[in-house]
Amino acid sequence: MSRTATKTYRKYSWHNIKKDFVKNWPLLLMVAPALAFYIIFHYIPMGGLLMAFENYKPNLGLLGSKFVGMKNFVDFFSSVYCWRVIRNTLILSLLQIGIEFPFTICFAILLNEIGSAKYKRTVQTLSYMPYFISLVVVAGIIIDFCQTNGVLTVLVQAVTGKSDNLLSNASNWRPIYILSDLWKNVGFNSIIYVAALAGIDKTLYEAAEIDGANRFKRILHVTVPGITDTIMIMLIMRVGQMLSVGYEKTILLYNPQVYETADIISSFVYRKGLQEANYGYSTAVSLFNSVINFALLLITNALSQKYTESGLF
Amino acid sequence: MAVKSKTFGSTLFNIINYAFFALVMIVCILPVWHVFCASFSDASWVLNQSGLIWRINKFSLNGYRLVFNNSNIWIGYMNTLLYVFGNTVIGMFLTVMAGYALSRKDFLWANPIMFIISFTMLFSGGIVPSYILVTQTLHMFDSRWALIIPTCMNAFYLILVRTALQNVPDSLEESAMLDGAGRFRILFSIMLPLIKATLATVILYYVIGNWNAWFNAMIYLRDRTKFPLQLILKEILVTASSTTTADTTILTDSSDSADAALYKELIKYCTIMVSTVPMFIFYPFIQKYFESGVMIGAIKG
Repeated sequence: MSRTATKTYRKYSWHNIKKDFVKNWPLLLMVAPALAFYIIFHYIPMGGLLMAFENYKPNLGLLGSKFVGMKNFVDFFSSVYCWRVIRNTLILSLLQIGIEFPFTICFAILLNEIGSAKYKRTVQTLSYMPYFISLVVVAGIIIDFCQTNGVLTVLVQAVTGKSDNLLSNASNWRPIYILSDLWKNVGFNSIIYVAALAGIDKTLYEAAEIDGANRFKRILHVTVPGITDTIMIMLIMRVGQMLSVGYEKTILLYNPQVYETADIISSFVYRKGLQEANYGYSTAVSLFNSVINFALLLITNALSQKYTESGLF
Repeated sequence: MAVKSKTFGSTLFNIINYAFFALVMIVCILPVWHVFCASFSDASWVLNQSGLIWRINKFSLNGYRLVFNNSNIWIGYMNTLLYVFGNTVIGMFLTVMAGYALSRKDFLWANPIMFIISFTMLFSGGIVPSYILVTQTLHMFDSRWALIIPTCMNAFYLILVRTALQNVPDSLEESAMLDGAGRFRILFSIMLPLIKATLATVILYYVIGNWNAWFNAMIYLRDRTKFPLQLILKEILVTASSTTTADTTILTDSSDSADAALYKELIKYCTIMVSTVPMFIFYPFIQKYFESGVMIGAIKG
């Protein structure tokens, strides 16, 4: 530790800084705009997190607003919303990990079993396509499919006999969210596994066949072990993002009738902060969420480095 | 697979597997097909139709006529092009220059600055402080700049470009330096032509990301003439459906509300087609770049 510290000290000695400046000033000039961008648009907002401890009023500014200590956090943790948004975020994340994640892997493995290159290519082209359709359009299609005479409503009606707008019933929110996620993302997210599968040594399959392994056994004993590392890394990464579910799809589709299951931390922050101008309070919620996300990421990265010898950073 | 076995089980598996992916393709394409067929059909038929629309009924271009006559759509298109262009050009310029400087091994500040930039991928101030910064401090509320400057760079793409530049052999730069070329010249005439594939991938990611962006426009803009296409779409597809007493003026330029009620559904379908067709046209050509983008990112990760 002390040795690296001395080394760092020597590396950034005044002499070296001067020498580097004389030689590399064009590089400093080149990186300056980007550095300024990150300081202004990312680090200044981090300083703005101070408003989580204030009763922030825009006209008083960050330094002029009244300091209230932990009040905003206490307000959130003692409110009825606290448990609701944390629970909804967690459940949605767990559903994604439990359904979307394995589904994507199965998709890639089964695609790998397709013999015809042309057929495989067609499947890939068509299944990646929904990923590029804008979220607004996807939300528009979901709303259209879920209205009283929509495609999904008619399907549901055949089973349950009810023909209400699906998006006005809180119990439908999660299935709709996950199904539309599957439609939009599974194909594109499978790319990473398809590539890992392409890297498996072909002779392993031949050897397995000579040893008498049938199709199913070859998948189980050659294909799956061949992509276990990739699966582990992706799983660890995904778990690290457990409490960071984005707000975009939620705020496009939800309405007060379904807040009970739909409202997540990020959409709550958006609503309280930007729609109701409750700046300090929503920043507190957001800071709480960021700190948890950051901690989860550090933990999962450490786990990743321990078990797979390849961390993210 | 290279292995070919002709057992009964294997054949059965193949049949089921091919059928499964046929189903997958149908599911992927069906919503788009529904929208496509509905957009060319008769307005009153579409309005009363329930369930899937799988064929064009009473071919009509009335919906498209209304959409093309809707100035909101055109203004949205022009604004989107402006935002996509502005973001991509500024973003690429900053990304390429920073990526180059940070890829040089002899640059003393490369690692500290890289750390400062990558850290923002792990921790951020969140939307409220960013909103306050843009609106209160920088006074960009309702300004086009609010959609260009704050979002023009992405740390992940910077890493992609930096990695690509690190892989260019040092000897090329050394010989150019001996010939008296400066850093800028080395970057733009020697380095960039060598990493064209990565640049194409990153440009496409910037373009598609900005083309599909709507959230910042929603929170920063109030003046309708500055709205990008996605925000106009949001009003037509999302806001107009969720309220029963919808403000139908966004749907058409005509003030006839009976007209708007009849064409409400059809206009939605036609708008989706008009806004998404450019993607469908370019998608087959750019697909491979997106795949390679995922791959470069994965190797880095």
